[in-house]
Amino acid sequence: MRLLSFLRSQRSNWLGLFGAALLVLLLTLAIAGPWLGLPDPTRGDLRARMLAPTISWAGLGSHPFGTDQLGRDILSRIVAGSRVTLTIAGSAVVLGGIAGIFLGLVAGYFGGWSDRLLMRLVDIQLAFPLMLLALLVVAALGPSLHNLIAVLALTSWVRYARIVRGQVLTVREREFVQAVRAMGASHLRILGRHILPNVLTPALVVATLELARTIVLEAGLSFLGLGIQPPSPSWGRMLADGRTYIASAWWIITLPGLALMLTVLSVNLLGDWLRDWLDPHSDRG
Amino acid sequence: MPRHLTSRLGEGLIAIWGVVTIVFVVSRMLGDPAVLLLPIGATEEQMRELRTQLGLDLPLLQQYLSFLLNAVKGDFGQSFQFGRPALSVVLERLPATAMLAGSALAIGILIGGTAGALAAIHRGSAIEALVLLVALLGQATPSFWLGIMLILLFAVQLGWLPTGGYGTWQNLVLPAVTLACFTTASIARLLRSSMLDVMRDDYVRTAYAKGLPPSRVFTWHVGRNSLIPVVTMTGILAGELLGGAAVTETVFSWPGVGRLIVQAIETKDFPVVQAGVAVVATIFVGVNLLVDLLYTLIDPRIRQAS
Repeated sequence: MRLLSFLRSQRSNWLGLFGAALLVLLLTLAIAGPWLGLPDPTRGDLRARMLAPTISWAGLGSHPFGTDQLGRDILSRIVAGSRVTLTIAGSAVVLGGIAGIFLGLVAGYFGGWSDRLLMRLVDIQLAFPLMLLALLVVAALGPSLHNLIAVLALTSWVRYARIVRGQVLTVREREFVQAVRAMGASHLRILGRHILPNVLTPALVVATLELARTIVLEAGLSFLGLGIQPPSPSWGRMLADGRTYIASAWWIITLPGLALMLTVLSVNLLGDWLRDWLDPHSDRG
Repeated sequence: MPRHLTSRLGEGLIAIWGVVTIVFVVSRMLGDPAVLLLPIGATEEQMRELRTQLGLDLPLLQQYLSFLLNAVKGDFGQSFQFGRPALSVVLERLPATAMLAGSALAIGILIGGTAGALAAIHRGSAIEALVLLVALLGQATPSFWLGIMLILLFAVQLGWLPTGGYGTWQNLVLPAVTLACFTTASIARLLRSSMLDVMRDDYVRTAYAKGLPPSRVFTWHVGRNSLIPVVTMTGILAGELLGGAAVTETVFSWPGVGRLIVQAIETKDFPVVQAGVAVVATIFVGVNLLVDLLYTLIDPRIRQAS
């Protein structure tokens, strides 16, 4: 009942609801992927190369989204690719978020040299095009799953740290914080119990924006050949492969790209909605 | 004002130093260039000789210090691949990237700005809904995929424009539009919401109350005041444009700095990677100093405060 009334109150935000629903659908598909009875995403069938998509779902074993240059089923590759992409991007955003929130809290609360150091690090990171930083580090460390997560987390902590630091600067001076400080609470307690809850909501909005950006960055890396390596399917790699067959088989490149775009769109819509909901002053858009 | 700008300049220099240092450390982790430079079957003796020649046998700290000293002088060493000074290899490619990023930024400001202003002026109309929808899609479309789709449509199917390459204005259209997509969408959305914010301010109501025509209120009161966040964002986007150009340039075989750096990472051509990233970072810092200057032109309050 509460959910229903919440949905009713958000009626005007149908775009946000649409984004949330789409994201839930994509997540469900990604998680349930292996149990959907789709063909093996890595097994090719050279007799069934580059089959065009068919509109009707003629039972299992057919290829509703067509097949690629090696006869692999594109639908199951997109689903398997979404698992890879969402795992990498999701972990990176969480890791970057933890690091960024921690650094932002410390710098904003204690100020002084830790703050100056953090702000200089932020400047350095912002002057470094993220794509190039990610490319360079992945090229140096090798494109394993863990390295990709670490690199993408490395490119995303900055925005959290900046927002959290700014938020801490204002919260720190509020009466309730002054009061617990006067009562002799430790720094750890003030930070953890009183300041952290007040910075989590803006950090959550940053997280959605970062998730969208990280998904695109991961796809870009694997497009350039530095993402997760074959035989693991990845959207960026599918796009890079499909480029060769652009004139003869448009679906190989179009469909994974659409999946990527829908995912980013759903995350963006959710982020906008979250921001408006948490900050009633800001306007939609 | 000069003091404010000097401290920004100092921060910018620190940022460039940091970037250069990171690139130095990471590129030393890329692997041994001697293995790649020499033909297969080279003796251990030849490898050692080449490493000495390149200065790769010195202690890392010494390599770093001499690298920094030379970098200040603009000397990033010889490109392993081209056998010429790395910086001049990078600077040769700079006009191509500047043209691409500049065109993309111009498209973003012109089209994104117009669309955003129209959406704010025609609040609640179909125009606003259309602008918002297209901008949402534009922000969600990965540039490299958009680029390939544009090639599919305009180069392969219609044959109006070339699939890639460099030289004429026809070569520029598709990559510039591709790169501009995200920027245009972001500027449109930001200008719209910034204008809607400003339109609620007291001085705008005052301007209307004293009988100014809406056109004047929009250009003079709303327009100018809603530009600040857009200018900030444009400075940040300029960095994204330079970095994002790496992928777009690769898709369209555009001979720019981004593609050069990507290729140099693949071939472990340290000097070119280092020079390329240093140049990009310097431009980014320079653009953001310009943005700081622009603030003071747009908003007199900032001029007086500093």
